[in-house]
Amino acid sequence: MYNVSQEQLETIDVVLKEDLLSIGVHCAIIIDVAGNTIAHLDNGLCSFDAVSFAALAAGNFAAVDAMAKLVGEQQFSLHFHRGENESIHFSKVNEDILLICIFGQDVSLGFLRLKTTEVIDKIRLIWGR
Amino acid sequence: MGFINVKKKEVQIKIVYYGPGRGGKTTNLDYINKKYKQRIKTEMVSIKTHGDRTLFFDFLPVDIGKIHGFDIKIQLYTVPGQVKYNATRKLVLKGVDGIVFVADLQKERRDSNLKSLEQMKENLLTHNKDVFKIPLVLQYNKIDLKGQGIPLLTVEEMEQDLNQELKVPFFVGSALAGDNVVETLKKIISMTLISFRKELQ
Repeated sequence: MYNVSQEQLETIDVVLKEDLLSIGVHCAIIIDVAGNTIAHLDNGLCSFDAVSFAALAAGNFAAVDAMAKLVGEQQFSLHFHRGENESIHFSKVNEDILLICIFGQDVSLGFLRLKTTEVIDKIRLIWGR
Repeated sequence: MGFINVKKKEVQIKIVYYGPGRGGKTTNLDYINKKYKQRIKTEMVSIKTHGDRTLFFDFLPVDIGKIHGFDIKIQLYTVPGQVKYNATRKLVLKGVDGIVFVADLQKERRDSNLKSLEQMKENLLTHNKDVFKIPLVLQYNKIDLKGQGIPLLTVEEMEQDLNQELKVPFFVGSALAGDNVVETLKKIISMTLISFRKELQ
């Protein structure tokens, strides 16, 4: 079992809000590889079951990661599902945690990837404290 | 890996139901889902094959109330039991905090029980977990078949096969009828919480 301090969690929330929700991301979630939700921020308009989503996302990411290793890749650098209205982007923050962004057509994938790279660096710093 | 969220004052714990194919893992979760419908806020998630067999996992989150001011959220998973899905079983075991091993009492499933338990030990090792250290409960399932002309193993035989070295708590049950399903769940939750008592104090 592990825990993260309240200060760390609050700082993570600020980063998700200022860097991701501010550019139009509908929902940003940090989960661990076991499927636990560490942080979950949305624009107030998302109404899906976040607990089940986290469990499925962790399983999905782990499956894709295992497939990458089977074909001799360390990991696939882009893990992204495009929908008609909502798309999902996964990024690995470190060996233990993942960042998932749910966003609509008003956010470009390129810009999101740029922003998530910055966010990952910030979260790694917070996580390492 | 259990997670304590100090901000939301909640603890998330992952319990996995493991065992041979068609042993009753999903049926355990189905029973719990029906029994505690009022406490379970969401639908049970099942990733199944067209033949209604577990393909990836079943997932059922259950809130069990507060301990030391923390909301305890138990996340129940099953693994796919079919032999060919071992890569998937390994993935589901990632971050596991407690395990229920659901063994099949039918005589013809004896080998499958043994192989599944052996493979579980190996799979745990790939996550640097030791079967002798992780909270573990055995459930000898399908006692409802007794008296129906199907040859069953005795509890002594099950103990000899599976629990001689592990020496963990076991329950003889019927996931279909609900016998000892809740007892098994309560036991694994209490053992897992005891293993986290230092962190929760």
